[in-house]
Amino acid sequence: MKYLYLVWRSLMRRKVRTAFTFGCVVASFMLFSFLTIVSGAFTAGVEFAGANRLWLYDKVSIIQFVPIAYLQDILRTPGVEAATDCTWFGGSYQDKPSQFATFATDLDEYLKLYPEFRVAPDQLKAALADRQGAIVGRDTATKYGWKVGDRIPLKGDIWMAKDGITWYFNIDGIYDGPSNVDKTQFLFRYEYFDENRRAGKGNVSWYVIKVSNPEQAASIAATLDDHFANSQAETKTAPEKAVLADFAKQTGNIGMMLTMILAVVFFMILLIVANTMAQSVRERTSEIGVLKTLGFSDPVVLTLVISESVLIAVVGGWVTLFLMFFFVGHGSFNMAMLPVFIFKTSSLFTGLGLALLLGIASGILPAVSAMRLKITDALRRN
Amino acid sequence: MFRWIRQTLIVTMLGVRTIPQRLGPSIVAIVGIAGVVVVFVSVLSIGVGFRAALVGAGSPGQAIVMRNGSESEMTSGLTGPETDIIKQAPGIARDGGKVMAASEMYVVIDLDKRSTGTPANVPIRGIEPVSFDLRPDLHVVQGRALQFGTNEAVVGRAAVREFSGIDLGSEYVSKQLSLKIVGVFESKGSVAESEIWCDARTLQGAYRRGNSYQSVLAKLDSPAAFQPFKDWLSTNPQLNVTTRLESDYYAEQTTVMTGLINGVGYVIAILMGVAAVFGAILTMYTAVATRTREIATLRALGFNAWSVVASVLGESLSLAAIGGVSGGLLAYVAFNGYQTATMNFQTFSQVAFAFSVTPSLLIQGLVYALVMGFVGGFFPAIRAARLPISVALREL
Repeated sequence: MKYLYLVWRSLMRRKVRTAFTFGCVVASFMLFSFLTIVSGAFTAGVEFAGANRLWLYDKVSIIQFVPIAYLQDILRTPGVEAATDCTWFGGSYQDKPSQFATFATDLDEYLKLYPEFRVAPDQLKAALADRQGAIVGRDTATKYGWKVGDRIPLKGDIWMAKDGITWYFNIDGIYDGPSNVDKTQFLFRYEYFDENRRAGKGNVSWYVIKVSNPEQAASIAATLDDHFANSQAETKTAPEKAVLADFAKQTGNIGMMLTMILAVVFFMILLIVANTMAQSVRERTSEIGVLKTLGFSDPVVLTLVISESVLIAVVGGWVTLFLMFFFVGHGSFNMAMLPVFIFKTSSLFTGLGLALLLGIASGILPAVSAMRLKITDALRRN
Repeated sequence: MFRWIRQTLIVTMLGVRTIPQRLGPSIVAIVGIAGVVVVFVSVLSIGVGFRAALVGAGSPGQAIVMRNGSESEMTSGLTGPETDIIKQAPGIARDGGKVMAASEMYVVIDLDKRSTGTPANVPIRGIEPVSFDLRPDLHVVQGRALQFGTNEAVVGRAAVREFSGIDLGSEYVSKQLSLKIVGVFESKGSVAESEIWCDARTLQGAYRRGNSYQSVLAKLDSPAAFQPFKDWLSTNPQLNVTTRLESDYYAEQTTVMTGLINGVGYVIAILMGVAAVFGAILTMYTAVATRTREIATLRALGFNAWSVVASVLGESLSLAAIGGVSGGLLAYVAFNGYQTATMNFQTFSQVAFAFSVTPSLLIQGLVYALVMGFVGGFFPAIRAARLPISVALREL
């Protein structure tokens, strides 16, 4: 620590050079944050998934339906604590396909299955008393400026209403939750939906099932699938996390693409910082000779040089990462392109580690050459 | 004027020829710019390839009819009697006695994606015999065509490549649906190659859909026939449908995906570009610093300041051009034609496509490289030109 001033002075020797190197590091960690957020948007569902929840849906495809009558059988299965049906509505709002998940469900049961969704009890009561009642997530409500009491028209694409294609819902409640909860869903009552749809009555898209012991999840899933094997619709039951992870993978190997891009970026930054350091060491050859003459040992010289690149990388990288983490993670961004913004804590730590690694890797070669420098050569070289 | 150009050329050549003496920093600038171009070109090539697969699928001479309010076949639904009425609309082409219109089903089935081993929504199209006449580009290249009235199916070449369980000769069996794969078809790389085709009647039974379809595809007599065709359908009280040109329908399906890819691609390119420009500036400052005495000597000999500016810019532009060209070539070699499949959110189904590194993308990449080179060389060039000759000559 006592050499910090020395390291600082060396960096300030060429302010412009240090500033641009610092800029490179900042730009690349902004890119790292951006890519993390993009991949977070694709795998958002997986982050939200609960370990004790299962999904049950038609075996051929989730676009197929399973009968509402299955609910009683599911609830009777040992180990099942609660269950509710969900039916995908989709639809469009303001002539654009809905940018938020819209589905019919049993509001009361659904909110019990997802306790992380917090809604005021009187709002839930109001929704349950209102045939056309709906509860919507805070992010979606903010995005469209909806308030409790608003009447929202949604155009059906899959589902035709009895009297046309437009469905009307009343916003009776707005749910909130911690930052790792999806606050974009639009939920409305199955009773009204079933009564008002023109076709497909008695069918639902999927069931969410809560098991009392997550360790039994696999065996309960198998029991359910066996039970429905010879019914009208064969089913597939899997943990919520697995269903959503598989769904995310349908887009493709986003993770691999990201890793490839980041590899290119970090290679690039590594070269730039390493080159700056090499130059800086070359310019200071005689100074390093003087340091050694004064009695600075080889390991200290090595550390001094590495510290310079580590300082640039760590200060530039960490400040950028923390700013992005707090700015994005706690801000309420809403762009149409990405429905959810998450900056995972694990990604933050990966980024912090990468910055440190970058600093060490880019300083190591120049530092070793500085360490190996013989005093006589260094002093003579001018 | 001529003298000025000659001076500039001489000084620029001097700068460029001495690049090998500053190999380390020069390589850093080249690699930085090449890295940006590789990423920029390859990310955008995903969008171009995706678009090509979809746009190639639609013909402007055909119309697709779906239920009103539906943006895609996936969410549409038409009853058998409704499709019969649609087929009576004026303006549909005829081939002998045959009406050139087909009622089609479009659903998805869970099959494992080979690359990840996880389930994916693979599209199945339930067709009528006329469906083949409506896609003249589609040819069975392995096995044979399917027989209607059976559970035989033909699969697109890309579907076989990307998803397991539908190889030629194999049989897909679930309780409701069983399909025998008898042939593989090609369709000039369009989205149809991602689909499985079987008799619509077989599929209706399996999906418990009664006598219902998703869409009617119709070949029109002429482009002028579209408007009367559409008007007839929209004014028919027995129907509540939306009519689009097939080419428009597929073009619309690319908007979300290409918007996303371009958006992400440009942000990546800009942020990487900033880093690369800083790298280039560092390199060029070094170049100017090492050539200080040389530049001052030239100035003392009577070369003017502008030729010095041009020389520094020339050097950084040359480095950028090398970076841009090599980055473009690398992207082309590594990614052009790279085959993959992704989810098209607008149809909730998989689309197989190939990355497409087009000449226009390569030019965009090169232009971007030159812009980075120009910005990177600008300030060092000004600095070089402003060096006071007497001070510079004394340096070192």
